[in-house]
Amino acid sequence: MQQASIKNVAPKDAKLAMANIYVAFIALLLGGLAGLLQVLVRSGEFTIPGGIKIGYYQVLTVHGILLGLILTTFFILGFQIAAVSRTAGPLTDKQRNIGWIGFWLMVLGTAMASTMVLLNKATVLYTFYAPLKAHWIFYLGLTLVVVGSWLLCVPQFMKYFQWKKENPGQTSPLLTYMAFVNSLLWVTCSLGVAVSVLFQLLPWSLGLITRVDVLLTRTLFWYFGHALVYFWLLPAYMAWYAIVPKIVGGKIFSDSLARFSFILFLLFSFPVGIHHQLTEPGIDGFWKFVQVTLTFFVIIPSLMTAFSMFATFELRGRELGGKGVLGWFKKLPWGDARFLLPFIGMLAFIPGGAGGIVNASYQMNQLIHNTIWVTGHFHLTVATTVILTFFGVAFFLIPHLTGRVLTPALNKLGIYVGILWAIGMSIMSLSMHVVGLMGAPRRSDYSTYGGAEQAAEWIPYAIAQAVGGTILFVAIIIVTYIVIQLAFFAPKGHEEFPVAEVAPGAEKTPAILENFKFWGVIVAALIIFAYTMPIIDILRNSPLGSTGFTPW
Amino acid sequence: MHLHKYEKWWLVFGCGTLVAFLIILGVGAFHNGTHPNNSKKVINYEKVDEIAPFNNPGVHKVEGKEWDYEVVIVASAFYYDPPEIVVPLGAKVKFTATTKDVIHGFQAAGTNINMMLEPGYISEYIAEMNQAGEYLIVCNEYCGTGHTAMHSMLKVVDENATGIN
Repeated sequence: MQQASIKNVAPKDAKLAMANIYVAFIALLLGGLAGLLQVLVRSGEFTIPGGIKIGYYQVLTVHGILLGLILTTFFILGFQIAAVSRTAGPLTDKQRNIGWIGFWLMVLGTAMASTMVLLNKATVLYTFYAPLKAHWIFYLGLTLVVVGSWLLCVPQFMKYFQWKKENPGQTSPLLTYMAFVNSLLWVTCSLGVAVSVLFQLLPWSLGLITRVDVLLTRTLFWYFGHALVYFWLLPAYMAWYAIVPKIVGGKIFSDSLARFSFILFLLFSFPVGIHHQLTEPGIDGFWKFVQVTLTFFVIIPSLMTAFSMFATFELRGRELGGKGVLGWFKKLPWGDARFLLPFIGMLAFIPGGAGGIVNASYQMNQLIHNTIWVTGHFHLTVATTVILTFFGVAFFLIPHLTGRVLTPALNKLGIYVGILWAIGMSIMSLSMHVVGLMGAPRRSDYSTYGGAEQAAEWIPYAIAQAVGGTILFVAIIIVTYIVIQLAFFAPKGHEEFPVAEVAPGAEKTPAILENFKFWGVIVAALIIFAYTMPIIDILRNSPLGSTGFTPW
Repeated sequence: MHLHKYEKWWLVFGCGTLVAFLIILGVGAFHNGTHPNNSKKVINYEKVDEIAPFNNPGVHKVEGKEWDYEVVIVASAFYYDPPEIVVPLGAKVKFTATTKDVIHGFQAAGTNINMMLEPGYISEYIAEMNQAGEYLIVCNEYCGTGHTAMHSMLKVVDENATGIN
């Protein structure tokens, strides 16, 4: 088979992938710094020096945009471009050039949006809920980021179809397939936010229309916003299914199961966004509950993934001579940062996923909605599960792309990052969860709330968050050092891009899993089912729209 | 597609717990009526002060309804009217709230009372005051620079306790 002969990312594709990865890690450092400032300010023990004219909510906006949107999107697209080139073969010049145009559009958009945030013209947080009204350059910048990201998805689509055409009847390489599904998911979900920005927020900020439908923009945002979290998560799953097994020396547990779980994510990522809107008016309780039910379906592929991972680890551990119920566990390569960091990420997904079920649970959501519990939740999922897996990937991917090697010393530093992250995040996320249950709100500056007794009880937890956050920032500095070393200074050589193989004797993957016309119809049907009535309701029941406010 | 035997058990167990959990949520919501704020009432957010009941914010005792008190709240950057809510222990209270400008939150910390207030919509929630105490009401949706200055207090008082008339 063709993919067996490809071992490396083609050099020209490596440049495109690395360009994205550089931006991602710059965003990590700056966004991490913003996170550090936030936890320090919120603890009440520190204020931003008076000479620096930047407010808490500006810092919060920077943190959310740089880490939630910029770091993730750039890293994911860079990783996926590399994974496609590695497993389906080099991109054609045309495909790569489209990718480069996308990259520069994203950079331009990021610069535009960030400038407006730093000028205090767009202190709207990364969710930019209307009727908070940012400068039009901010919305245009975000639009360019999204359009650019689509152009980075295009070469992945083209390469997949090219491969299928050149290898009729064969099963596509697993990583290429997964990158294809995740790109499809991204384009489909970002259409929602594109409609909201292009037809409502951008013309509104330019003064072309005077009023916007607040609930419509929110509903379109969350149609995008929940699928967005799977766009973050699926590249981590790509690494878990197709790369980590090779790192531990094992095989892919089941190729068809891996693909099937990705299809389930594609189906159930979209018709679930209203579970972010459970406590708001204007949406019928029945349709909220329908989307809650659909949300529960998206848990199933994660259950499947958990089983596959531990099956792979146990099979490999026993192959290495692990005995008894847990003897295999000790045989795993704990000293390998490429394994340890994703593994810590997997563990974090157990409480992260459980907390997510609470969040989506209709009336139970009232207890935690917009409390800092939610912040604690997604710092386990995206900021631990996803990001630690990305770090683990970066440790081999960057040297693979730059023609260097991960030295034992850098690997050891990587291990420290994993340990520091686990400690720092346990402290920060646990205190966020606990104080969130007590009612402390998210997205809020330090406050004693007029000397209220309850607010005083929250302060020790904010101090704990500052301690955890500081440890995490130290880890980010170490990661930055490792990345700079791997990109520019580590010894020249060949670092493997590990890609696992299917266990021998595995059954052929069913062709239906690659029939995207079929799955596309089901995706469309689910979206139409879940959203038609709520959207019609919102439009028919629509109050006077909002003219916009800038209360910052 | 082949599934390992243990994986089938695992998925049956996992999906079974999800179904059981959904049934509990569904019975709680549709049989016992524990819905979150699902109000679909609309209002002109620019004329909130002129429209009943928001032209008279505060705590109002009512007769002949399913609830004993109506609490009417008007939120605006960065203030709640009324700034304090006092209701007796054991009362069933309907909270009715809206906003005059951006989106605000309305959450009584340590209770289930938690809803979004969005311009043009009226939010409603009915709760029983079954535990005396002071509950800090906070705005939990970012609304601007003065976001954390926006708070109120829900006081549930035991009228039979000594010292309180």
